Amino acid sequence: MAQRIPTRLGDGSLVEMTRAEIEADLHAGSEAAVKRAKVEPLTEDDIAHLLDIFTSPARFSAVDYGDEVVLSFDGSGNADISSPVLEQVIYQNHHGADMIELWHHDYSYKAVRTVLPFQTQMLKDAQQQTVVPLNYGAMPDLGRYSVPDGPIPNWSELMPLGKIAEARAAQEEAIGHLEHDMWCVIEGMVGAGVDGIDFDTAGAAGDADLLATLRVARRVRDRWPDIGVEIGQAAELVLGMHGELEYEGTRLAGQWPLGQLRACTAAGATIFGPAVNVNTTKSLAWNTARACALIKPVTAEATIPVHVNAGMGVGGVPMTPYPPVDATSRASRALVDICNIDGL
Amino acid sequence: MASTHALASGMGGMRTAGDLVARMQMTRGMRLPQAKQYVADKLGCSVLDLSDTIAMHDLRRDLGLGRMQVQDLTYPEHPGNMEAKFHIAEVLDIPINSVECFKRNAGPM
Repeated sequence: MAQRIPTRLGDGSLVEMTRAEIEADLHAGSEAAVKRAKVEPLTEDDIAHLLDIFTSPARFSAVDYGDEVVLSFDGSGNADISSPVLEQVIYQNHHGADMIELWHHDYSYKAVRTVLPFQTQMLKDAQQQTVVPLNYGAMPDLGRYSVPDGPIPNWSELMPLGKIAEARAAQEEAIGHLEHDMWCVIEGMVGAGVDGIDFDTAGAAGDADLLATLRVARRVRDRWPDIGVEIGQAAELVLGMHGELEYEGTRLAGQWPLGQLRACTAAGATIFGPAVNVNTTKSLAWNTARACALIKPVTAEATIPVHVNAGMGVGGVPMTPYPPVDATSRASRALVDICNIDGL
Repeated sequence: MASTHALASGMGGMRTAGDLVARMQMTRGMRLPQAKQYVADKLGCSVLDLSDTIAMHDLRRDLGLGRMQVQDLTYPEHPGNMEAKFHIAEVLDIPINSVECFKRNAGPM
């Protein structure tokens, strides 16, 4: 009887699988990416290396000497201490963060704008207590501008009524509001001394959300060429909530990570963060192989650093508030070893 | 999860040169090998040294790049926080926004 090896599902639950079952899942995860995103499958060497990682009995897995990458830690800190500046110091001193990020618990540029003087003061205080580079981050979050949360007719309600033109017009109007709020926040943060801006979960509300982000990113780099711009994606595929929006001649809807990278690079981003969603019912091996297959062509082409999102529910890390150490370390190592990423 | 990533694949932040490499990525858009080589050249060390806490402790002390307090080890007579960032800007030859703001605000009115 084949030995059964402890491993995890995408929801973090512990299961036991044979070596053959894990190998089959690695191939299946890679093929799932090929089928959806038309990327190349992982090589036999890639699969063999992943198999070594996922069949190891060790509780922890790590990259080789010299292969360490930069950890940008979007959303660094927790709310439990109720001291956002102190949280940054904790991430710097105790979590080995290479970059840190100040954020507001209502993680949206629209919300931040209403408390901007408090956030900019906090940013200045944080800069005087830390050494590692400090981003300010929030979600573009275009949906906040639609009824009932905002002034714009709700495109998600218009579309089921067949009012496609009205839904598109509503999103185009919302883009203007979002760009204005993001710019106000960024101007304040640059004035307070921020090192970089993180547009986190860009495209969460679809292609219009991403377009606003790209436009503002371009303005930031043109106005302040030394300020970092990190664009982290919301998901592996840009939803076509509008469907016709383009950035520099390329339609944004339906873009997979490689297309997202090209758009973000064109917009002047200095760090690109692809996000690959986790299937909670599939094994960690399946999910990680799929993530690697989707991200490998990104790092092969990238001219800017690629920091893969590898938190709860993305990048092969299980969808749970407490991702197990065995699972997280394997996903972390796999992304570095297979994809030659620049950071996480 | 943060600590797991740090141990599995992270450069080490201020314990090493992780923050310095991060600065070259975020401000200059350098990919990892290029950023590591740039920092190693500026510090006068090997790329492998950049992730080595022992090597970087002494280098950070010598160049005034800031070190973390650990238990009863403190460095009150050495550069820390904003002071260290002045040196980082000089050593890496990049402007650091918080340093520029500090200079602007601390100068004569």
